[in-house]
Amino acid sequence: MDALIEKLKGQIIEQLNLAEVKPADINPDAPLFGDGLGLDSIDALELIVLLEKHYGIKIQNPADGKKIFESVRTMAQFIKDQGKS
Amino acid sequence: MELNITSYCTIKNKIIFVNGKELSVPKQDVASYFFADAYKHLEINYPKFHKMDNLSKLGIIATEAALKGSDFLQRNSPESVAIILSNKASSLDTDRNYQNSINSKDNYLPSPATFVYTLPNIVIGEIAIKHKITGENAFFVSDGFDPQLLVNQAQISLNQPGTKAAICGWVDYDNGMADALIYLVEKASDSIKNINFNPLNETILTQFYK
Repeated sequence: MDALIEKLKGQIIEQLNLAEVKPADINPDAPLFGDGLGLDSIDALELIVLLEKHYGIKIQNPADGKKIFESVRTMAQFIKDQGKS
Repeated sequence: MELNITSYCTIKNKIIFVNGKELSVPKQDVASYFFADAYKHLEINYPKFHKMDNLSKLGIIATEAALKGSDFLQRNSPESVAIILSNKASSLDTDRNYQNSINSKDNYLPSPATFVYTLPNIVIGEIAIKHKITGENAFFVSDGFDPQLLVNQAQISLNQPGTKAAICGWVDYDNGMADALIYLVEKASDSIKNINFNPLNETILTQFYK
């Protein structure tokens, strides 16, 4: 799980062009939106693209997004639960 | 109505000039490196910059350079500032990037972050958001730099009640070529009488753009 979290941090930085953020700056339990990384609605769509591009996962129910994208850890857990890690 | 240019920035061949003086930003042939160096040099500190397309980066860099050292935004409240820009290539550079992301059926991964920049007036939005500017705005696409159009539009805009000043100019980016002239327009008043300014007219704009 830790290895997946670290890999995911790098992929998020690349996908979202977070040029001034390093993997170590991202707390895996901090909220991705709002106070955490301060992501916006377009970033949310990019995270959906990231899951499809790197893990072949399509989010079937958009309502699940809020829970999946709560933090890097919840994203990693979702990927693991899908058997794609 | 007398309108004046109180500060301006030109970017030609990836060299930045502010009020005619060259900034000591390292020469870079690659646009992304040039924008990154200019961002650092101008101490912009606005992480969203890195997510923007090249046209918006060019607009932000030229605007920040023109504003740096100017009290334009202190003299003029955000709701009284208009933004009037123009270019030739529209958002073609980003349009191509987006097209490339959807060309292949086997690798069909359109990027929402790219798609949102497939309109040229987004650069106005980025400048407005950064400085919380809420005045009126317009973006014109023309065959080439058109000083008459820009002067006329500034006059029309600044004739509106509530509009006191404007960020105007030319912001063109295509295939790695960055070409910009951003200038700050203010009505003649006591608040600018002690600073160096130029009258807004076609001759001056042509001279600045060269």
